[in-house]
Amino acid sequence: MIFVQALSWIFDGSHWVGVAGRDGNPAILQRLGETLQISVISIVIAVLIAVPLGVLIGHTGRGRTAAILASNVARGLPTLGLLSILILLIAVNAVPVAIVLVILGIPPMLAGAYAGVESVNRDTIDAARAVGLTEWQIVFRVELPLAASLLVGGLRAMTLQVIATTTVASAFAFGGLGIYLINGLSQNDFVQLVAGAILVTALCLVVDGLLAIIQRLALPRGVSRGRAASASPKKRSRASRRAAIVGTPPLQEGMQS
Amino acid sequence: MKKTHRGAIAAVATAVAVGLTLAGCSNSSSLSGSGDGDSESITVGSANFPENVTLAYIYGEALAADGVKVSYKVNIGARAAYIPALEKGEINLIPEYAGSILSFLDKNANQKSSSEVATALDQALPKGLTAADFAPAADSDSLNVTADFAQQNDLKSIGDLAKLSSVTLTANPEFETRPDGLPGLKSVYGLNNITFSPINDGGGPATLKALLGGQTQVADIYSTTPSILENKLVTLDDPKNLFASQQVVPIGTTGKLTSKVTSLLNKVSAKLTTKDLLEFNSRTGGDEKADPKTVATDWLKDNGFTK
Repeated sequence: MIFVQALSWIFDGSHWVGVAGRDGNPAILQRLGETLQISVISIVIAVLIAVPLGVLIGHTGRGRTAAILASNVARGLPTLGLLSILILLIAVNAVPVAIVLVILGIPPMLAGAYAGVESVNRDTIDAARAVGLTEWQIVFRVELPLAASLLVGGLRAMTLQVIATTTVASAFAFGGLGIYLINGLSQNDFVQLVAGAILVTALCLVVDGLLAIIQRLALPRGVSRGRAASASPKKRSRASRRAAIVGTPPLQEGMQS
Repeated sequence: MKKTHRGAIAAVATAVAVGLTLAGCSNSSSLSGSGDGDSESITVGSANFPENVTLAYIYGEALAADGVKVSYKVNIGARAAYIPALEKGEINLIPEYAGSILSFLDKNANQKSSSEVATALDQALPKGLTAADFAPAADSDSLNVTADFAQQNDLKSIGDLAKLSSVTLTANPEFETRPDGLPGLKSVYGLNNITFSPINDGGGPATLKALLGGQTQVADIYSTTPSILENKLVTLDDPKNLFASQQVVPIGTTGKLTSKVTSLLNKVSAKLTTKDLLEFNSRTGGDEKADPKTVATDWLKDNGFTK
């Protein structure tokens, strides 16, 4: 059975080491490294762009419509097409790949950021303002901690998309775990194809699991979890509604492919 | 109120119409995908690069002009994808390259001349598939380097690559395992210094970009690609004939290749030259960005197959 063959392909120790591109060596470790490297770089850039922007939108309440519109447009761009064009315009290297992944990663992160800040109870912010906190202090000491869970939710959605999409770049001499999908298809080697799919899926699950733990830890003490509150909305006590409620986590929109 | 009703009805009507159209599409494609049936209807397939697509349209439009019912499934992919489709009858006819298809079918094939390849191919083809006559037109894989790189390292033939301590080679992913790919470079030319870095565009613009940008040093580009001349690339000689005779040949399901169809395909093949292939590629790949179907139609007109 192909699934079993694929697993034994993965668990073949000789497939993990060595240099890729030599004598058909899969060199899984090197490919994994390539995928992780480009993913981390793209995610960091996307966070640096999307989080400040999202917080600004959430804090001021301005520009929300424009942000949603821009996000949706960015989401609609066909990744492969954009990558092909950028490669021809720039070079066959990591730069076009990173640009494409950043464009892909911004919308879910942006949504997580502004939804997170927006979800913070207005009374809490008014109270913070009343006790004399500056706007910066409100952002950093009130809004960001309370929005943390949704922020990490956006990060999770983005990370999954970015890692999964790195596979597209493998068609253009980039390497990464997607190479097994491209090779498997072209070389009629379905064991390699399925093994590649399993590897990418496993990587996504592991990373998502880690982020889920971080998301749980990101919730400040004394704040009720959105999930617990919304589970029985009618019984929800006045006190818990008064507490800053953080909405249900993962904002998993736009999970195309 | 009435207005919204009418709007809703219009919307539903549109949806139904779209649905029917889509159903119609899927229906016709499933019909054309069936293996047997009407021998006068033929589905022409092609590999995923413009020259092959153009050739597919040349066969298809020539047959259509002769009253055969033709449908197309172009840009299918690599050989590993379309040969099974041909065997299953999902497509009935495809333009092939004699040497490549032979080594795909028989990994030990070492015939190089066109008559030897023709005989070997007839034997190697799976049951139910037939090859028509070879065209004079030929297109083969060729390994190319930039003029500067060739000069710096004194490279003239593929064997000269052994002089380098390590070299990066770019080709389609299947080159890694194809008998006339990396395994052939190793066994025929004794090259053990190659790092393979695949780009899946059939020696197209991204491959060229990687070669010119220095991300790769050797690129597999089809010999009929205009970019070789345009960029003054040096094609490495292949004195040991790693890349076999690659004459264009139509391959189809035997039941569909009636004597009428075969004789028409042979007439088309007789007129096809390597120069034609180069012209197709400069039209589809150059500034004109011509549609392969247009190029095919023009060629058929010029050669008297259609008016």
